[in-house]
Amino acid sequence: MLEADNLECVRGERRLFAGLGFRLEAGELLYLQGKNGSGKTSLLRMLIGLLPPESGEIRWQGESIKTQADEFRANLCYLGHLNAIKEELTPLENLLAAARMADEILSEDDALDALEQVGLAGREDLACRYLSQGQKRRVALARLVKEKRPLWILDEPFVALDVAAVDWLAGIISGHLQRGGLAVMTTHQHVDIAAGAVRELRLS
Amino acid sequence: MLKIVTAVISRDLKLAMRRQADIVSALFFFIIVVSLFPLGIGPEPDLLRKLAPGVLWVAALLATMLSLPRLFADDHRDGTLEQLALSPYPLGLVVTGKVIAHWLVSGLPLALIAPVLGIQFDLSVDALLVLTGAILLGTPALSGIGAIGAALTLGLRGGGVLLSLLVLPLYIPVLIFGAGAVDATVAGLGGEGHLSLLAALTFASLGFAPWATAAALKIALE
Repeated sequence: MLEADNLECVRGERRLFAGLGFRLEAGELLYLQGKNGSGKTSLLRMLIGLLPPESGEIRWQGESIKTQADEFRANLCYLGHLNAIKEELTPLENLLAAARMADEILSEDDALDALEQVGLAGREDLACRYLSQGQKRRVALARLVKEKRPLWILDEPFVALDVAAVDWLAGIISGHLQRGGLAVMTTHQHVDIAAGAVRELRLS
Repeated sequence: MLKIVTAVISRDLKLAMRRQADIVSALFFFIIVVSLFPLGIGPEPDLLRKLAPGVLWVAALLATMLSLPRLFADDHRDGTLEQLALSPYPLGLVVTGKVIAHWLVSGLPLALIAPVLGIQFDLSVDALLVLTGAILLGTPALSGIGAIGAALTLGLRGGGVLLSLLVLPLYIPVLIFGAGAVDATVAGLGGEGHLSLLAALTFASLGFAPWATAAALKIALE
């Protein structure tokens, strides 16, 4: 259960939002909407603990994420608008390295399977700098295939994806919600996510 | 605990191997700067022996500085730094891994090539051994202290110059004891005292620097 209470965000001189609160239970998806510059990414960065809120509190399983930072991060999977992949490494190496840094167990077979699912079969051993923008995004998204952590925070996950990949990703997210996971995401395009309760939060 | 450190080291070493130009250019910078001195000063063995420790150490400091701006900049630009900060381990351990990897690709090659360059300065075998030992002992401190500067200047425009201004003054103790060890050996006094102080500096900075770096990185990521 993820709770936010009375959050306030100030960037530079501008107050982006104040008094923002929500409560997200297992199996629920929070759709974050709002125009550019309304503070969606800032809110996500607060939820992952990288940006301290001006005021207010974020709680995971009833306890502030500040007092249980390490345990909270062990439950968290964040996908930013940057892909977090290394151009010099191959998709397979990227996936395995990311899993090791996040202290997750990912076998090489599982990683190859994940890459096949995102349509990168045959390109596992090609350095990522030779991949297209959409393919790089797919390498980043391949992390989600075997992801078992309960809280997913996704910043614009559908950007640069083709129609088939959007459907595939919607399926992955709904599978995660069906397993009792939580997800918070921002997106500008409308995507139907089959399962789970969908809540919307509009920033303006 | 050790797992995250080795994971970061092995990833950074793999990346360094894929773009060897960075390692090679810092190493050649060191070789060329050191070799310019005997050419410029001329063949006076006494003078060269006197200059050698200072020249080699100053060149080592500058060569280390060359690779520092990229220590966190690449990870910051492609988003991997965020992911590292979100790993369930304390960020200080991640930084420790990065500092060790930086030393392996920048400090260690300098120590290995230094005795060869020392021959140009007519140093005795004893002095060459102490020189190698001093650079081996001192360069981890350079990587550790440099990481603090690299994190503080992360994302700044013109950060490279600011980084040198921040970090070079902090390198002075390493320079004094590192060059002092070789000086003392050349003078026949024995460099053990200087070397122990150098080792103390390295241990202190490797214990303290990663946590200061982690704090600076958290500010840069906000």
